Amino acid sequence: MNFFILMLMIFLIVCALATCLHKTLLTSIIIFMAYSTIMSIIWALLESPDLAITEAAVGAGVTSILFFVTLKKIRAVETMDMPDSKEKKDAKNEGIGAENL
Amino acid sequence: MKKRSDYRSTFYSRIENFVNGRDEFLLYRPQGDLEAKQLESLEEELTEAADLLEKKEAQQRVQDMTEPLDFLKKFHKLYGMIAAIICAMLMLLLLVTVSWLPPFGHPDNPADNEVIKRYIENGQQETGAVNIVTGLILNYRGFDTMGETHVLFIAASCVMILLLIAEGEEKKSSYAFDRYMEPKNDIIIQKVANFLVPVVFVFGIYVILNGHLSPGGGFSGGAILGAGMILHVSAFGFKKTEKFFNEHVYKVAKVSALCFYVSCLSYYFYMGAHGLDNHIPLGTPGNIISSGLILLINIFVGTEVACTMYAFYALFRKGGL
Repeated sequence: MNFFILMLMIFLIVCALATCLHKTLLTSIIIFMAYSTIMSIIWALLESPDLAITEAAVGAGVTSILFFVTLKKIRAVETMDMPDSKEKKDAKNEGIGAENL
Repeated sequence: MKKRSDYRSTFYSRIENFVNGRDEFLLYRPQGDLEAKQLESLEEELTEAADLLEKKEAQQRVQDMTEPLDFLKKFHKLYGMIAAIICAMLMLLLLVTVSWLPPFGHPDNPADNEVIKRYIENGQQETGAVNIVTGLILNYRGFDTMGETHVLFIAASCVMILLLIAEGEEKKSSYAFDRYMEPKNDIIIQKVANFLVPVVFVFGIYVILNGHLSPGGGFSGGAILGAGMILHVSAFGFKKTEKFFNEHVYKVAKVSALCFYVSCLSYYFYMGAHGLDNHIPLGTPGNIISSGLILLINIFVGTEVACTMYAFYALFRKGGL
């Protein structure tokens, strides 16, 4: 058990450092999700399951999703894989109907 | 009225240029006449001016590259050194503070005083909640919790003020761009969501309703419910979610939950401040319907938090519910 906790602590520190040192924003958000998941396991081991539940839902879930949406809004993930400007124009012309393509 | 050229020559605009990486602030040499001429033409013919500005930026870049940057290099070195020193000092300070803290769980700690003793010994009889944490948060320290809920409400309102888009062309285009760059009707996400969303919802409702019996409570359960709704939206799109949760439902649920919650707590405050008896039966500790108003307060807090989580996501994504 002690070894398990030690491993978790080391993972936590590695994740925290990697989050701020990584250059790609998308990758650091995913590492941040891993950080939150490890943190929620540690909360559960410290006998506070309510905090573990909240950390898993808010830290790993909602916060990271908000980060993703913000990255999409500021076009920081555009270089990844994305449709060219032609599809963009089509989406604009179709108006609301394009929501459920 | 001030012209754009006036603004360009101010100190603030130079800082802004520096922050945006368009210009080196420390090397800025105002070329008064030239710039003024260029900016006048900018007001007259936008396209031509854009070209001129590009040219000027390119010239500036060449100038920057060719001219020696000793001062700037020194400044960057010094900046890095100072940042590292401040970081190290902060880390040292925090580590020293941690070493001064009393050991974890020691009986002689200053935190283990008669307040804690009273909460642990009398908490179950006085609040009727088996889960001492919930009894403490919603009953003994209800005032703090009320403030926290209002902070959440104000945060949601601020996000709404900043991100809500009014009706019109902009809204149409933002709705159209909404699913741009996202998997459209992804079969894997939809099948997984079919399994997961009901489970997540039931778990969230369980955590809320059992807030006074088991770990959890309004905030945790509400966050789980909100996460479930976000999963539903990202799998099936806003059209399907709006069938059961649209702007009208959001407004009614959020405002009524906050009102009922505050009125429940004010009953406690009034009774407590005047030394009156609490007439609400506490029931047998351990039953699902027990512990007076705590169950109701948990339900209201859960509704409020779930609405806020979902609203954050919807506002960030498309600027409207």
